Amino acid sequence: MEWAKNNWEVVIGLETHTQLKTNTKIFSGASTQYGAEPNTQACEVSIALPGVLPVLNKQAVECAIKFGLAINAAIPSRSVFSRKNYFYPDLPKGYQISQFELPVVGKGNVTIQVPAGKNTAAYEKTIHITRAHLEEDAGKSSHGVVEGMSGIDLNRAGTPLLEIVTEPDMRSAAEAVAYAKKLHELVQWIDICDGNMQEGSFRCDVNVSVRPKGTEKLGTRREIKNLNSFKFMQQAIEYETRWQIETLEDGGTIQQATVLFNPDTGETRAMRSKEEANDYRYFPDPDLLPLEVTAADTTRVQAAMPELPEAMKSRFVVEYGLSSYDAATLTTSRGMADYFVATVNAGAEAKPAANWVMGDIASYMNKNTELLSSPPISPAQLANLLKRITDGTISGKIAKEVLNEMLLKVGASTASVRETVTGEGAFYNDFGDNFADNIIEAKGLKQVSDSGAIEAIIDEVLAVNQVMVEEYKAGKEKAFNALVGQAMKASKGKANPAQVNEILKKKLTE
Amino acid sequence: MALNISDIKRIAHLARLEISEQEATQTLTKLTGILGLIEQMQAVDTTGITPMSHSQDVVQRLRDDVVTKTNMREAFQANAPKVGNGAAEKAVYGGLYLVSQVIE
Repeated sequence: MEWAKNNWEVVIGLETHTQLKTNTKIFSGASTQYGAEPNTQACEVSIALPGVLPVLNKQAVECAIKFGLAINAAIPSRSVFSRKNYFYPDLPKGYQISQFELPVVGKGNVTIQVPAGKNTAAYEKTIHITRAHLEEDAGKSSHGVVEGMSGIDLNRAGTPLLEIVTEPDMRSAAEAVAYAKKLHELVQWIDICDGNMQEGSFRCDVNVSVRPKGTEKLGTRREIKNLNSFKFMQQAIEYETRWQIETLEDGGTIQQATVLFNPDTGETRAMRSKEEANDYRYFPDPDLLPLEVTAADTTRVQAAMPELPEAMKSRFVVEYGLSSYDAATLTTSRGMADYFVATVNAGAEAKPAANWVMGDIASYMNKNTELLSSPPISPAQLANLLKRITDGTISGKIAKEVLNEMLLKVGASTASVRETVTGEGAFYNDFGDNFADNIIEAKGLKQVSDSGAIEAIIDEVLAVNQVMVEEYKAGKEKAFNALVGQAMKASKGKANPAQVNEILKKKLTE
Repeated sequence: MALNISDIKRIAHLARLEISEQEATQTLTKLTGILGLIEQMQAVDTTGITPMSHSQDVVQRLRDDVVTKTNMREAFQANAPKVGNGAAEKAVYGGLYLVSQVIE
């Protein structure tokens, strides 16, 4: 269908619910562990028995402050919890405790990298964060467990959430996805959220509207609820944008609505239209006193903050001489960045360490995502391997062979028992720091640097490749490389390539 | 601010309260009285005074993030209402609380 996409501009804002990494609920000492039997973690506060009172979780507040610091936001000295009133069985109090006028985190910003598209180059953009506030999650309902009834599990009720709201700053699905990915990395980096999208720890609501290009006034928005995959987010925004433009071009109007995305059809569909449009009747919760965050609190949290990705990226360029691109790639996740630093600290040179971490190690992990949450070999083992290239024990090519052998052994022995641990004390495998040395030794892969031995190999190669020798002498440079290749092959890749070059050249000019 | 009877009915609906016409009229009188009182208070000049969000001028005490609650499901669900007319069964199933079916 024809639609004049170029005459329209899409305007997108996101609201993201991140589940905070706490042991207990935001207002009670009930566990937040995922996957428990229904209602076994639903205490009297979670199920809203009459007379119970909420007591705020310190850790949840610190997570919020951490986030505020990470997005350069103002942290107000005082914030207030409010009741958001609505009726649904998974919310037994009849209201959700949230924050309204005075949120815990004020205005901030996040810089995103939008990747290159079909016709566009990659670029950076700053997304403004309007606010972030603390609130409690609701329970879960399942329909049809018993004929005509809905079953309610209140284990999730009261789980702490930080809702992060952006300004309507994004202008394409690509920008929205780039922001969501960046935020997803950031909350994991500062360790306030486990980022598990399948379990619902990170869910996005996306507000989409369109307006004629060049106009200021925002169009009527529709809100796509509960997207828990970046792929679905992209599809949902693209579909919704097209639908809104087509509707307007056909002379229709957009009604404000909440829509759901159906991954099977790739379409968005309006939920019940809200005749009693969102009348939540917010008011300050009299059960909770104002939350005070002092300068001392902020300083204490700041002191415990990890180095942020942007700062680490700049440091990698200065300290390790990496390119800005490599530094950015290594700092896309804290796990990768920490692994790289540990490899360098274990004695590897920075540049090769960066290449191997971003290359072979990352691609092995991508291929084996179901098995791995941490790299297959330890930083010390990788450093051991890389040091053998530097000191001339093996060539880069043999090193790949050694790594493959290491990965095979790790895959065969421990893949099924690996745990989801990273960082210090992480378990990688049972093969010890000299894993690479042991393989080089066992398989006899040590580079031959004995010039006598190399000369012998080359003499043999020259004897059986007279044609190439003639070609070379007739001025064909390519023949030289072919002879090097033959010599390397004859040595099973173990000859020191620099020495082969040198000796061969000498022999041919004799 | 003047309220009328349809405001009362709307507020009652939002709070899921069933009220009769007579109750609605009574409530209208009472609520109008309360709003009158607020109007009187609004006549006081409060320029430069930070609004309070709680009647006591103290701040929130925080709780350490330690699990203190144990599984009390059995005790809580012993309290569940019975399902249907005169049925002996409680409105619980497989650990879930049962309510009349709700579908978005």
